[in-house]
Amino acid sequence: MAQMNMIESIRSAMDVTMGRDPHVVVLGEDVGYFGGVFRCTDGLQRKYGEDRVIDAPIAEGGIIGTAIGMGVNGLRPVAEIQFADYIYPGYDQVVSELARLRYRTCGDFFSPVTIRTPCGGGIRGGQTHSQSPEALFTHVSGITTIMPSNPYDAKGLLISAIQSDDPIVFFEPKRIYNGPFDGDPEKPAVSWSSHAKGEVPEGYYTVPIGSAEIVKPGDDLTIITYGTLVHVAQASAELTGVDAEIVDVRTLAPLDIPTLADSVRKTGRCLVAHEATRYSGFGAELVATIQEECFYHLEAPIERIGGWDTPYPHAFEWNYFPGQKRIAAGIRKVMEAE
Amino acid sequence: MATKSRLHIPRASARPGEKPDFSYLELSPAGSVDRPPVDARTRDIENLSSDMVRVLDENHEAVGPWKPDFDARQLQVSLRWMMLVRAFDRRMWQIQRQGRISFYMESAGEEAVSIAQAVALRPGDMCFPSYRNQGLYLYRGTKLVDMMCQCLSNTRDMCKGRQMPIMYHNRNANVFSISGNLCTQYPHAVGWAMASALKGEDHIAASWVGDGSTAEADFHYALTFAAIYQAPVILNVVNNQWAISTFQGTAGGERRPFAARGLGLGIPGIRVDGNDFLAVYAVTLWAADRARRGGGPTLIELVTYRGGAHSTSDDPSKYRPKDEWAEFPLGDPVERLKLHLISEGAWSEEKHEELEKELRDEVLAAWKEAQRFGTMTEGPFLDPSLMFDDVYAEMPAHLEEQRRQMLAIED
Ligand SMILES: Cc1ncc(C[n+]2csc(CCOP(=O)(O)OP(=O)(O)O)c2C)c(N)n1
Ligand SMILES: [Mg+2]
Repeated sequence: MAQMNMIESIRSAMDVTMGRDPHVVVLGEDVGYFGGVFRCTDGLQRKYGEDRVIDAPIAEGGIIGTAIGMGVNGLRPVAEIQFADYIYPGYDQVVSELARLRYRTCGDFFSPVTIRTPCGGGIRGGQTHSQSPEALFTHVSGITTIMPSNPYDAKGLLISAIQSDDPIVFFEPKRIYNGPFDGDPEKPAVSWSSHAKGEVPEGYYTVPIGSAEIVKPGDDLTIITYGTLVHVAQASAELTGVDAEIVDVRTLAPLDIPTLADSVRKTGRCLVAHEATRYSGFGAELVATIQEECFYHLEAPIERIGGWDTPYPHAFEWNYFPGQKRIAAGIRKVMEAE
Repeated sequence: MATKSRLHIPRASARPGEKPDFSYLELSPAGSVDRPPVDARTRDIENLSSDMVRVLDENHEAVGPWKPDFDARQLQVSLRWMMLVRAFDRRMWQIQRQGRISFYMESAGEEAVSIAQAVALRPGDMCFPSYRNQGLYLYRGTKLVDMMCQCLSNTRDMCKGRQMPIMYHNRNANVFSISGNLCTQYPHAVGWAMASALKGEDHIAASWVGDGSTAEADFHYALTFAAIYQAPVILNVVNNQWAISTFQGTAGGERRPFAARGLGLGIPGIRVDGNDFLAVYAVTLWAADRARRGGGPTLIELVTYRGGAHSTSDDPSKYRPKDEWAEFPLGDPVERLKLHLISEGAWSEEKHEELEKELRDEVLAAWKEAQRFGTMTEGPFLDPSLMFDDVYAEMPAHLEEQRRQMLAIED
């Protein structure tokens, strides 16, 4: 075991898979010589060579499009999109090609591309370095969408993703790259070394795709969330004194419905939270699923919290971000409902 | 030739610890490139996309057919603008380092691009800039204090706190909004120019992107539409040799210059010494004239060097030699115009130093004023409920409701 932050564990996942499988290649903007603007690929080019860790031109559509072609020709590409906010030029390649290739060829062709991309706000990045576009991908049949919330899961899930024959969009919440974040920007930053999930095996292991995790058991209410908000939700529950069960979705599509539904059947109350804009956000899918699965167990309407339905504003980042106050208010509302 | 295919990986000519090497950069002597008539056929002027238009020679004299008509007074004013941009950048960089703004991008070494091109365009021409064109905003009349207030996201911020620093816009001055997403403005410029032609007006459009950004599909969309409809537009590629950590070869600049990217579509390209104020002005005027007379688009590659870090989030010592700028064969645009004016007897080191100080003071005075409208830590602060305005022309009910909820939570 070693202490790792999320950047190190993500790097380690690529390192381990590249070491085991010569077909794994990494490509993206600034990922090679420099090691990535967030340093996730630091050292990989020196170790595996310029033709396995490829500095790509600034063309997200080109990166994803060529990754698809490489995948069709037997490689296992891991493409980095520098910020999720810049994935849109590659969106057509994801939606029209990557997602459907297996389906339209009845399995004759497929491309096992993994797209890694940092997402989320909290770094004063304004509207073009803060977005959480996961719902644009969960809406696309054929794509597996993942968002880990800690170093251990990030590595295990990324190894599973790279080994998977299905195309995967792997979102990395950048605010928690260096340490868990409880939603209070005034507090000094904490590192992963004080967190149990900052303990990461150095070698190979996997975390299964499609499995949610109960990160904190509780009896009063279930909070279903993912990414940075896993940590914010815990702090918010503590603020209210409510014994909340916190479920980290981890894989958004396909969804681990049994884990989610069992928890809500037990607690009878549910709050769903994410950082992305609320309208048509992934929370809508979660709420609908819980309603379908658990209607007769619910003691209160399901509460849904997300970012406001505006672009991510630079100066009002902390008014926009669904922090402790908003989640705590949501928790109280669900608990007070008769 | 080898007997097997191989993957070519572009390699920067020098990395940290190595000697800077610009031998890849092909230069033409100043004054050596012909200036064709503005209605020349693209196929007859293909050389312009690989040669390099230069006016200032090694003795800082202006020579050759591209030498523009400029009197000493106009040149002094232009020099002042470039120096103002630099003084502004220096101060803002410091301010970011002190933690007083969240982010900044400077244009050190590239000042001639924005200023010479702004001088060559007319006020009615529309500019679609990238984030390193602060000179355009300043030259077109955006006040220093307004630029600073934008960077501060304070109560006088033109973006009402919604945008990161440097994402300016100036509608009255015909300078479009900067996007964080690279190259998206390129097709906008072409569309604007198409509309201008469609309406029978003689305004043209101009846009700027970096060498790295030319790889985006939007670059190619823009060229295609511009060529098909002969849009009156100037498409500029600012080749400052680096994207972030990748050099211009990673964007495909190893074999043919960026200026040649439009040739296949019939768009003339001009490769120009981007640090030569006079040459940049002259080629821009040529392209503008051509566009205004129905000659369609021109692609201009401005060969320059990114003197500073990519942004305040970047550390270039990790990927390029520290002294690379000093070795760049085209030098520093401010220094070169200064030496030219001195050689003409129209300027002196003393005057230059005096002006530098004057501009430093001007910038400092603006910074003092800007802070009165609020900083990140001291009020007055913008009202957060402003974030819900302008999402739509009229605020829909669900946003009204969210605004109410936000205000209730903040109480
Ligand atoms: C669509 C998109 N992809 C990636 C980025 C991240 N990014 C910002 S600037 C930059 C480098 C741009 O280099 P270049 O076009 O040469 O412009 P320069 O900074 O040199 O002026 C990158 C990769 C972005 N802003 N937008
Ligand atoms: Mg560049």
